[in-house]
Amino acid sequence: MKRLVIRRSSYFALLAGAGLACAAMAPVAHAVTPAEQLAGYTAQSGAPAVPARGQQFFNARQGREWSCASCHGAMPTQAGKHASTGKSIGALAPAFNPERFTDAAKTEKWFRRNCNDVAARECTASEKADVLSWLMTLKR
Amino acid sequence: MSLRFHTHVPQVLFGLLAALGALQVAMADGDKRMVPLLPKYQQECAACHLAYPPGMLPAASWKRVMATLPKHYGTDASLDPATVKELSTWLGANAGTYKRVSEEPPQDRISTSAWFERKHRKLAPDTWKRAAIGSSANCAACHLGADKGSFDDDHIRIPN
Repeated sequence: MKRLVIRRSSYFALLAGAGLACAAMAPVAHAVTPAEQLAGYTAQSGAPAVPARGQQFFNARQGREWSCASCHGAMPTQAGKHASTGKSIGALAPAFNPERFTDAAKTEKWFRRNCNDVAARECTASEKADVLSWLMTLKR
Repeated sequence: MSLRFHTHVPQVLFGLLAALGALQVAMADGDKRMVPLLPKYQQECAACHLAYPPGMLPAASWKRVMATLPKHYGTDASLDPATVKELSTWLGANAGTYKRVSEEPPQDRISTSAWFERKHRKLAPDTWKRAAIGSSANCAACHLGADKGSFDDDHIRIPN
């Protein structure tokens, strides 16, 4: 009997596909994991994510008044504060807030809005992958 | 015994209902804005700011607010069309209709309404800028029941 061998690359593609499928089916919520979403963005960008680049993007202004850190804090392992309303924003790093990056439609909604506020454009898949990969390096 | 008890049930029920009714009237009188919030409204809008009671703006203002979400007081608050429609319908149905709210405030801001300014006229302008307050959009900084739609004078604490 032949054993079904799933090569690592095809497993990766499968995960990425699942992530993309979830994003496409918005706004119905589909439970996903941060790792699955990272795999999706990485597959879209076609290159591995670079956590250090994500941290830099997160903390730097992109031509407008706010950076991501303006609301989420430079180290988003704790609650941030909305730069204009003062409302508390739960920690963004998944290890410190298990709700984060578990709903692909929600993730996409916030990237769309917040990248527009910070960079006056949508973020690229590569930027999203970098930021998410950095957030996933933050551990308790 | 038990028969007598049962015969009193209608009166007891009526009494309870009357008491409940009186309570509701009293609450409505004290705070006309206490409308139960649509869960979706809470979920989407209160992610960034207090879920402002819909009765604090007239329908025409809410309509403009909902039509301009991608440019929402300086930030992109865009939503998918189905959610925009659901929230717009609910806001339209629960918008302020009584006299003082019927006037559309400048920039469709609750805080520029004549009634809002009158209610806060005794506050020094600097008070709003305190770190714990920030701006007049931050109702909950002083109104302790704001997240539950309660703004009565007995539950106010102005942080230093």
